[in-house]
Amino acid sequence: MQVPAPFEYERATSVDHAIALMERLGDEARLVAGGHSLIPMMKLRLATPEYLIDINDLASELGYIRVEGDEVRIGAMTRHRELLESNDLAAVLPIFRDAEKVIADPVVRNRGTLGGSLCQADPSEDLSAVCDAIGASCVIRGRSGERVVSMHDFHRGPYETAVADGEMLTEVRVPIRPHSGSAYHKVERRAGDWAVASAGAAVTMDGDVIADGRVGLCAVGPNLTNIEPISAALSGQAPSEDLYATVGQIAADNATPSTDTRGTAAYKTHLAKELTIRSLRKAVARATGQE
Amino acid sequence: MTITEPGTQSAEDNTNAVPTPTDNLNDHKPNGFGRMLRKEDPRLVRGRGQFCDDVQVPGMLHLAILRSPMAHARIVSIDKSAAEAHPKVKAVVTGADLAEHNLAWMPTLSNDVQAVLATDKVRFQHQEVAFVVAEDRYSARDALELIDVEYEWLDPVIDVRQALAPDAPVIRDDLEGKTDNHCFDWEAGSKDDTEAVFADARENGIVVTEDIVYPRVHPAPMETCGCVADLDPVSGKLTLWSTTQAPHAHRTVYALVAGLPEHKIRIIAPDIGGGFGNKVPIYPGYVCSIVASLLIGKPVKWMEDRTENLVSTGFARDYIMRGEIAATKEGKIRAIRTEVLADHGAFNGTAAPVKYPAGFFGVFTGSYDIEAAYAHMSAVYTNKAPGGVAYACSFRITEAVYLVERMVDVLAYDLEMDPAELRLQNFIQPEQFPYESKTGWVYDSGDYEPTMRKALDMAGYAELRAEQEEKRSRGELMGIGISFFTEAVGAGPRKDMDILGLGMADGCELRVHPTGKAVVRLSVKTQGQGHETTFAQIIAQEIGIPPDDIDVVHGDTDNTPFGLGTYGSRSTPVSGAAAALVARKVRDKAQIIASGMLEASVADLEYEAGTFRVKGDPEQSVTIQDIAMRAHGAGDLPEGIEGGLEAQICYNPENLTYPFGAYICVVDVDPGTAEVKVRRFVAVDDCGTQINPMIVEGQVHGGLADGVGMALMEMISFDEEGNCLAGSLMDYLIPTAMEVPDWETGHTVTPSPHHPIGAKGIGESATVGSPPAIVNAVVDALKPYGIRHADMPLTPSRVWEAMQGNHTPPI
Ligand SMILES: Cc1cc2nc3c(=O)[nH]c(=O)nc-3n(C[C@H](O)[C@H](O)[C@H](O)COP(=O)(O)OP(=O)(O)OC[C@H]3O[C@@H](n4cnc5c(N)ncnc54)[C@H](O)[C@@H]3O)c2cc1C
Repeated sequence: MQVPAPFEYERATSVDHAIALMERLGDEARLVAGGHSLIPMMKLRLATPEYLIDINDLASELGYIRVEGDEVRIGAMTRHRELLESNDLAAVLPIFRDAEKVIADPVVRNRGTLGGSLCQADPSEDLSAVCDAIGASCVIRGRSGERVVSMHDFHRGPYETAVADGEMLTEVRVPIRPHSGSAYHKVERRAGDWAVASAGAAVTMDGDVIADGRVGLCAVGPNLTNIEPISAALSGQAPSEDLYATVGQIAADNATPSTDTRGTAAYKTHLAKELTIRSLRKAVARATGQE
Repeated sequence: MTITEPGTQSAEDNTNAVPTPTDNLNDHKPNGFGRMLRKEDPRLVRGRGQFCDDVQVPGMLHLAILRSPMAHARIVSIDKSAAEAHPKVKAVVTGADLAEHNLAWMPTLSNDVQAVLATDKVRFQHQEVAFVVAEDRYSARDALELIDVEYEWLDPVIDVRQALAPDAPVIRDDLEGKTDNHCFDWEAGSKDDTEAVFADARENGIVVTEDIVYPRVHPAPMETCGCVADLDPVSGKLTLWSTTQAPHAHRTVYALVAGLPEHKIRIIAPDIGGGFGNKVPIYPGYVCSIVASLLIGKPVKWMEDRTENLVSTGFARDYIMRGEIAATKEGKIRAIRTEVLADHGAFNGTAAPVKYPAGFFGVFTGSYDIEAAYAHMSAVYTNKAPGGVAYACSFRITEAVYLVERMVDVLAYDLEMDPAELRLQNFIQPEQFPYESKTGWVYDSGDYEPTMRKALDMAGYAELRAEQEEKRSRGELMGIGISFFTEAVGAGPRKDMDILGLGMADGCELRVHPTGKAVVRLSVKTQGQGHETTFAQIIAQEIGIPPDDIDVVHGDTDNTPFGLGTYGSRSTPVSGAAAALVARKVRDKAQIIASGMLEASVADLEYEAGTFRVKGDPEQSVTIQDIAMRAHGAGDLPEGIEGGLEAQICYNPENLTYPFGAYICVVDVDPGTAEVKVRRFVAVDDCGTQINPMIVEGQVHGGLADGVGMALMEMISFDEEGNCLAGSLMDYLIPTAMEVPDWETGHTVTPSPHHPIGAKGIGESATVGSPPAIVNAVVDALKPYGIRHADMPLTPSRVWEAMQGNHTPPI
């Protein structure tokens, strides 16, 4: 049995309560949502917070998927499993279901949350790449109120986000546009493993050409949100295998993976290209009603 | 539960009750061999198992171990004062403290020594340096952080190929006069005869050579290792609840090491959550717990955490092999040769019979009738965890089978021959058994071709090849891999096999109670293999007492006869034979008592399924239950016959048993991502007589899944500094249901001629046989890339690297 260092425990009953607790307990306190990133680190004593503020009682306040008008709003406490199972979400943003099918395993998905995933900001976290590809923005709340930041601004680097001390992520917002499609591809060594590499793509069509396209990469570098040259290369172009290959190459050129037990840097770079191509191909097929 | 495959029951199974598809498995419980649900499962599936960590003893304390952060470093100083000051800490013990009691070092199973706690220097990352005993587990763990150890870095030896370099740091300077990292050398077969055949083949035939790595892997049982040591300060008796596959062997070793009298040691192995060889060795943690209980006078529990289990306990494999085959141009294999570099880690902890430092690797000639064979091995020390255990490998047969089955495919590749055909034309023929191999192993029985043909039929081999050809023309990558293995299991004849001087024979006791129920006591210890069912069935088959009426007692040295334990697929070959023979002894006595009851001569009685009848007058009969009551009752017994109905035996096997099998794997490889999908797996096993075919299949299923793990994902790797990169199950991957196909199993039955019921071992066949089938399939899929070999584990990255021409990628 791996045992964490001693800590104290509080349960928040509302977002305001959680924020008040964070203020009172200071920077030695950590929120715990699903706990599937934080608790393993505590058991290995890589994280030794003095206080845990459990926000699972906020599951009703912050656990929702609302498709309203031209926007989807997803609460930070929405569990992986809910993201996987929501038909409403899959209808407008199929990339979520693609990704959730290959995130962890059912045990982890039953507890792990969207908010925890984004705030953990592990470079291998799939939902960060997803949210990046679909141009999501994040709602952060603190004592002085709420602010909304783009994914690009949200991600400060590995394990670092725009969420400041005393603040928490409450919601993720994604614009929905007609004639859009999205898809996600991941290579893992085994079911339930973190990505060797993965790529998500989202496109919006204007007639026969791509009006807008984005790609999010995962596990191939510290900060690969918003790869501008990719969006530039896609914009106004008719979809074609050549275009995908060109964009795939840009993805590979931007990737800065390192060699580890999941794979060599050369292989991961290759995957950045291959999976970008596959995701784009599928996103376009979905946007054009071919799937 | 219904069974879907009654067809797998053939007449040869000696099955008393063949259920139909709609039957509940246990509605027709066999009174002997046949399918029945496992007797142990109601307890295990209801969470009523009693594992080591469930053991609670009043006053019990908890032990935690401080481990080295470095792979090779001198211990400059240890300050334990802060830890000792922790309010809940009872003791903090270092190697220096143990040295005062002459307990800092202990013998390994291979006549080497291993540090219990490091005194001079640490020799692998996570080596045991000190321990803390505290009132609870949390405090023990917290106090570890209060121990201050100063280390002086030493260059480690991590790359096994550099271990014997002249300037390599010497790891084992504790051994007197040691100036290098050489551990042992071993050879088998005839070097000269083999070279003569190779010389001829170079001229007139073909020689193929390949470098093949079997990486370091871990048994990774679900339950980690641990114990509760309770040394009673008054009686001086030690009770040790321990995760051990070999309780009796451990008892004797503790007696020899710690100097405790053997009758004052009781080892209890409660339910075990998987062993796979991991629970054969004696680990420092066990010894520390015993010492702690001795020092403090209270029971002490130690349970490893997951990381400790993965990084410090017995690993397996780690052989770097060069394989060579000499053959004719027509594909007749003439000689096999190999040169092996074996990484034994910092201490030689290999679990193998003493005369077999390379285990049974000598069976690397496989299932083929050849002219000559030779193997040479150098084993070396490195700054890695010790071990080299029998991880479901039948003492290194895993490596041997992988080598030969990979090499046969290499030969097929170069000769452009079908690998199935090549195997068929080289098999040892049925009339050649018993067959003495060129390395001196006597294969007891075999009939290989029908087994191979059955597998080919089940797979639809010709259709698969046609499908492959068609797919290749479209650029799709599909592979078909075959392996045909022969194992040597059931160690073993005491004339050649012992562990630390203890012969590998097994005792067994059977006692029939007055009402005809029985208890059988065994030295072997199940870790999930189903002994409580299988052994009851063996007794039932011999004396006709239903399996449910037979209690199987095992895993407690005070209540069972001596024997060497469960590993290397030895339980059925050795203790299974003992159980059959002890039952026959009881039956012989029962027959004499029956003769008195029926007033007939012993020779006039015939026995069938628990009943003795007078020949020619079948109405005149008594059952084993009647006899049991008479044996304990008030009536007269035949002259010279004592009351009671019981017997005991110690069985010394005449030879090993040689199970075999034909495995065929079909894979698809994604050309873009290099991901491997195992689409189908056909396994036809021959383990001689099957006692419970359901348990046999269970053993095969588990072993096949294990094989998928080793072939596709398992490897303990290290960085250059010797940091172990496999410290969690997110880093050291084992397969899930998602990676394995529906297993297609079948069997043939070629009984062992020397085993009383003709049974051979089955526990490791699939672990041994499946990795080469899977690797052969992947390499076959990659044929369009001109690939002849790629090293395990075939993760997507390593397959892709192979496609780029790197068959041994950096990681
Ligand atoms: C076996 C296993 C496999 C996994 N595989 C994958 C995988 O393949 N892909 C993948 O993407 N992930 C994977 N994960 C991670 C999983 O998705 C986690 O659940 C997720 O990363 C974190 O979500 P959580 O709710 O559990 O967060 P927690 O562990 O509770 O928290 C993580 C961090 O976020 C902070 N936090 C949580 N919620 C908020 C909030 N609302 N506002 C501000 N800060 C917050 C916490 O303080 C903590 O620092 C795996 C995890 C495990 C255990």
